[in-house]
Amino acid sequence: MSTATATMPDAMIAPTEPLAQREPTPPAAHRGAPPWQDWLFERLTMAFALLVLFALVGILAALAWAAVPAFEKFGLGFFFNDVWDPVRMNFGALAPIYGTLVTSAIALLIGVPVSFGIALFLTEMCPAILKRPLGMAVELLAAIPSIIYGMWGLFVFAPVFGDYVQPLLTRIFGELWVLGPLFQGAPNGIGILSAGVILSIMVIPFIASVMRDVFEIVPPVLKESAYGIGATTWEVVWNVVLPYTRVGVIGGIMLGLGRALGETMAVTFVIGNAYRISASLFEPGNSIASALANEFNEAAEPVHRASLIALGLVLFLLTFIVLACSRLLLVQLAKGEGRKT
Amino acid sequence: MTALYRKRLFVNRMNLVMSLGTMSFGMAFLLWILWVLFAKGFGALSPTLFTQMTPPPGSAGGLANAIYGSVLIVLVATFISTPIGILAGIYLAEYGKEGWVARLTRFINDILLSAPSIVIGLFVYTVYVMQVGHFSGWAGSFALALIAIPVVVRTTENMLHLVPASLREAAVALGAPMWKVILMVTLKAVRGGVITGILLAVARMSGETAPLLFTALNNQFWSADMNAPMANLPVVIFQFAMSPFEDWKSLAWAAALLITLTVLVINVLARTVFRQPAVR
Repeated sequence: MSTATATMPDAMIAPTEPLAQREPTPPAAHRGAPPWQDWLFERLTMAFALLVLFALVGILAALAWAAVPAFEKFGLGFFFNDVWDPVRMNFGALAPIYGTLVTSAIALLIGVPVSFGIALFLTEMCPAILKRPLGMAVELLAAIPSIIYGMWGLFVFAPVFGDYVQPLLTRIFGELWVLGPLFQGAPNGIGILSAGVILSIMVIPFIASVMRDVFEIVPPVLKESAYGIGATTWEVVWNVVLPYTRVGVIGGIMLGLGRALGETMAVTFVIGNAYRISASLFEPGNSIASALANEFNEAAEPVHRASLIALGLVLFLLTFIVLACSRLLLVQLAKGEGRKT
Repeated sequence: MTALYRKRLFVNRMNLVMSLGTMSFGMAFLLWILWVLFAKGFGALSPTLFTQMTPPPGSAGGLANAIYGSVLIVLVATFISTPIGILAGIYLAEYGKEGWVARLTRFINDILLSAPSIVIGLFVYTVYVMQVGHFSGWAGSFALALIAIPVVVRTTENMLHLVPASLREAAVALGAPMWKVILMVTLKAVRGGVITGILLAVARMSGETAPLLFTALNNQFWSADMNAPMANLPVVIFQFAMSPFEDWKSLAWAAALLITLTVLVINVLARTVFRQPAVR
């Protein structure tokens, strides 16, 4: 009797030990050499997974190969030349790169605080019953096709922006010593600034939904202890939630940046299609994506075409780096999720 | 009520009001865009949209060829991307798991998910259009499929992770080989979620313009030949909206309304009807 009770726990623990971590293994008859269908199916799925992998390599290789004529002709100077002249066949990437970076910067400058506010609203203030519909409404902003933003931007937003907002900006900032020149010029609603503002609306849903998701993984006990010592909602969000989710928030911002850099149609409609680097944000410009959309089909000369493809390669590398950083940050956050601090 | 306490309350209230403001800011833009679209699009809607071809400048016409082309291109792209996406998703969730192939693929897939669509179009142009020497509907479908695959892979993998291990174990215990377990038990259990993923991919493809510019291009006439340039709504919008002709502009608004309605309806359907409360 006593031996039985002494061995019982051991006997019960022994088989459950591997149970806790085991995967659903096939039964003994199938172990060892799997039936050929299984082998085939696994290889098949793996082949398609590898296809995704090679898609990326393929994109890089194909663009690099097609861009060779441009690099042969212009060399590294391609990146530092601000002239884009299809008549004299002189192409430089500086103006479109500048346009891409500046519009994306404006988009983040407006988009990040707004997204933070929306995430804060959805996680801390919103009545439970409105959470789903409002969250979905924000995501619908991302569902509206880019070209719709473009049409709306050109025909509706740009006139309003030029008539009311730009003169106001000139009045407020026009006289300041560093910012001033940025906000001077003809307020016609078309240009770098309009493109940036429309981009900001387009990146809000991406940044806001990442922020909302990471805010929701904050262990309630952390927030409750802060509330318990008398912190206000804002203090809890700013001093507890935000530091805890910092990595994820940056990942979300990078995701938005990646989106903004490559956004094509909306920008094409409102940026004004001019290869220029101007001091004023009101002036028309060009981003890499809009240059491609506007010119690619008219480019008959091989060098012209190769230069445009080289621009595409630059854009892809730029977004690749930004999105890779975003992924790495978000994965890092997901790893820390299980750890209780 | 010390001064510090009052200040903290004030800062709190200020920021919460600002948060409410940002939410309204976002919603205001959504409503503004939708309102403009309905106001301008509904006026241009008419039965002839579906019966007549896209017109030459300055005359009336419809969008029949563009609607047909769009539906065909997206349909073909869906048929290409669905099996590839689902099988790759199965590999990630069921076989690859934490191995380096799966981890790398997952990482690359997430990058492709947000890669600029115009670059995808450029890629298909260099490897397909440039090689065969002409624009075509096939090229358009390939470009869209490349955009849809990462979406399907991601949702399939996420959904398969939700299947409880006991379900797999039960099937394996009955002597089913792994491929049967995966196809007939696990995948079936998350059917709704996978369909959601496919629908979201279709919604995304329907609105994409940039990748079609260099691949399917446009065609003023009725053409069912996937091997020739093919009319499609997004590119028609781009061409017509940028033109100085009023007829073309109003057709562009009608096309914009059609696309947006399709995309929004698919999105709302996918998120409400096919959502799986059981596995969540």
